[in-house]
Amino acid sequence: MRLHDEAIVGAARGRHDLKEVAMEIPRDDLVAMYATMAKIRYFEERIREIYYEDKLPAFDIAAGPIPGEMHLAAGQEPVAVGVMPHLRPGDAITATHRPHHVAIAQGVDLGRMAAEIFGKDTGLGHGKGGHMHLFSVEPSFGCSGIIGEGMPVACGAALAFKRQGKDNVAISFFGEGAANQGAFHESLNLAALWNLPVVFICEDNGWAISVPKHASTAIADNSDRASAYGMPGVLVPDNDPIGVYEAAGAAIRRAREGRGPSLIEVRTLRLWGHFEGDADAYRSEEYKQEMAEHDPMVTYPERLIAEGVATPAEIDALTKAAHEEVDEAIEFARSSPYPAPEDALRHVFA
Amino acid sequence: MTATMTERKLTMQKAIAEAIRQEMERDESVFVMGEDVGVYGGIFGATEGLLDRFGPDRVIDTPISETAFIGAAVGAAIHGMRPIAELMFVDFFGVCMDQIYNNMAKIHYFSGGAVKVPMVLTTAVGGGYSDAGQHSQTLWGTFAHLPGMKVVVPSSAYDAKGLMISAIRDDNPVVYMFHKGALGLGWMTHNPHATGPVPEEPYAVPIGKAEVVREGTDVTVVTIGLSVHRAIDAAETLDAEGISVEVLDLRSLVPLDREAIVESVKKTHRLLVVDEDYRSFGMTGEVITTAIEGAFDFLDAPPIRIAEPDVPIPYSRPLERFVLPGVDDIVAGVRGLVAA
Repeated sequence: MRLHDEAIVGAARGRHDLKEVAMEIPRDDLVAMYATMAKIRYFEERIREIYYEDKLPAFDIAAGPIPGEMHLAAGQEPVAVGVMPHLRPGDAITATHRPHHVAIAQGVDLGRMAAEIFGKDTGLGHGKGGHMHLFSVEPSFGCSGIIGEGMPVACGAALAFKRQGKDNVAISFFGEGAANQGAFHESLNLAALWNLPVVFICEDNGWAISVPKHASTAIADNSDRASAYGMPGVLVPDNDPIGVYEAAGAAIRRAREGRGPSLIEVRTLRLWGHFEGDADAYRSEEYKQEMAEHDPMVTYPERLIAEGVATPAEIDALTKAAHEEVDEAIEFARSSPYPAPEDALRHVFA
Repeated sequence: MTATMTERKLTMQKAIAEAIRQEMERDESVFVMGEDVGVYGGIFGATEGLLDRFGPDRVIDTPISETAFIGAAVGAAIHGMRPIAELMFVDFFGVCMDQIYNNMAKIHYFSGGAVKVPMVLTTAVGGGYSDAGQHSQTLWGTFAHLPGMKVVVPSSAYDAKGLMISAIRDDNPVVYMFHKGALGLGWMTHNPHATGPVPEEPYAVPIGKAEVVREGTDVTVVTIGLSVHRAIDAAETLDAEGISVEVLDLRSLVPLDREAIVESVKKTHRLLVVDEDYRSFGMTGEVITTAIEGAFDFLDAPPIRIAEPDVPIPYSRPLERFVLPGVDDIVAGVRGLVAA
């Protein structure tokens, strides 16, 4: 994809041993991935629309039903949905400051998640965390506003699973910007050293806010960094849900079998700004136009239809159902009460 | 001391190691990780003998990757384990503080109480042996300032065992700080206060309860850690002069036993706070504020404080002795308070 700088990518590719076994992908998974993508995209669109309520004409970040920073994941849906068909109850996920797509794909309660984003008492954290601090016990999900912070936590979850004799795995999502944090290198070393059941998934959207990858990262592909830690690294170059599905399936199977961690890098797309309110002036109109042409919400269903996996009517029905589910969650969030102000003092300690 | 007394005496270091061993025997989910906690037994002996007893799956030597292994302790704690992670010197927190204050300490709150993080972060604190400014700090005020983690600092072998057992059983993150000069290590200056009676059976000392370790009527000295020993020695000297000093060992900074501070000040009417941590924005200010809020009308003199004077801890012996609170400083401070 030209959206990622091919000049520096060159011939470099990750080690493809995760693809040693060609997968037969069940049709249900192919279709379910679309349904989840539709749910994610519509959720992000609705949040975006509501986010701007009462914030304009002079943008006021503190105003409106959804205040604060808002990092939306439109374009990055394939990274999340390709992983999830391989998960089992008890598996753990840590995600980033841009967490909605991963949480939705994992099946975190959509209404409680929306309510947390609205700061409501019915939210996952009773309004204490907000959109960058979503936590769920079942399924086990956590995220963070600090770059790379979840990577050691995933190692710890994996260490616990190993100690407890479970075959669960931990998945750590992080951006390509995080791959230049110490936490990335410490975590990969620890996971490989202790042979932990972790899969590290780098969501390479090419941009650390306004800084392109080539201006921040000494090598073309973070997947190549896997070799420094003696683990398999694989590059999914085209934001393809099926590519993610294959790579993640092999890595997760490997982790479950006690064969240790893997690193996957997916070249994905951040269709919108870093956060809402970002004028996105550092990316050209041509670049944005080309991103739109590669929007996975267009290309993936087209492919399902073209290859006879799903009919247009099925796609429409899935889209409609996804929208209804999201609308219901948003309505739940809107109509929920705020926490009592003095509840700010609760939950510091157990 | 409320639990059963025995004649057996241990150093604080051995009391800590015994507490961890007994909890590991009781609870399979307890495990230890950190730098040199295995074969070496911990640079300060806190994990002595544990590797032989429990093996490398439960006593894990880590790479020098504090962010990774403290963060891993957080992840393991969330998933049903009770990890003890050792940060070798508290001075090293700079390489991993994000995992401590932004992650470990906040997840329970962010999750609205849904996710618990039952872990212990052990760390060595304190100076007095010329280890200079990156291996001698106490920094408990820094940790206590940040919400979401309990902070305990034992001064006796008895409390060291009981507080460790409480820390391991607590459903919250607990930062457990042991003062190198109070551990009774053979390679530190001999400290007779470092050894004391320790019951063989497991027992808990409650977190958040201060203790009057010496009763007195004229002046209250509030302190923590090794300075408790200094205050007791000062009190003995002052006793001969007819000045009766009460020494209150806070034992925990979070939660802070404000009631005990206020009660003691109401009794003695004079307050001296001794802290080996930096003076400004720290424990001394918090304790004095607590006394003023709760016992203003009882104070016969302005409270005073003896603390590290807001400079990095210097290496050279006379320089270090100048900045750390000493017995003589406490004696002089109390005399001044009584004369006021």
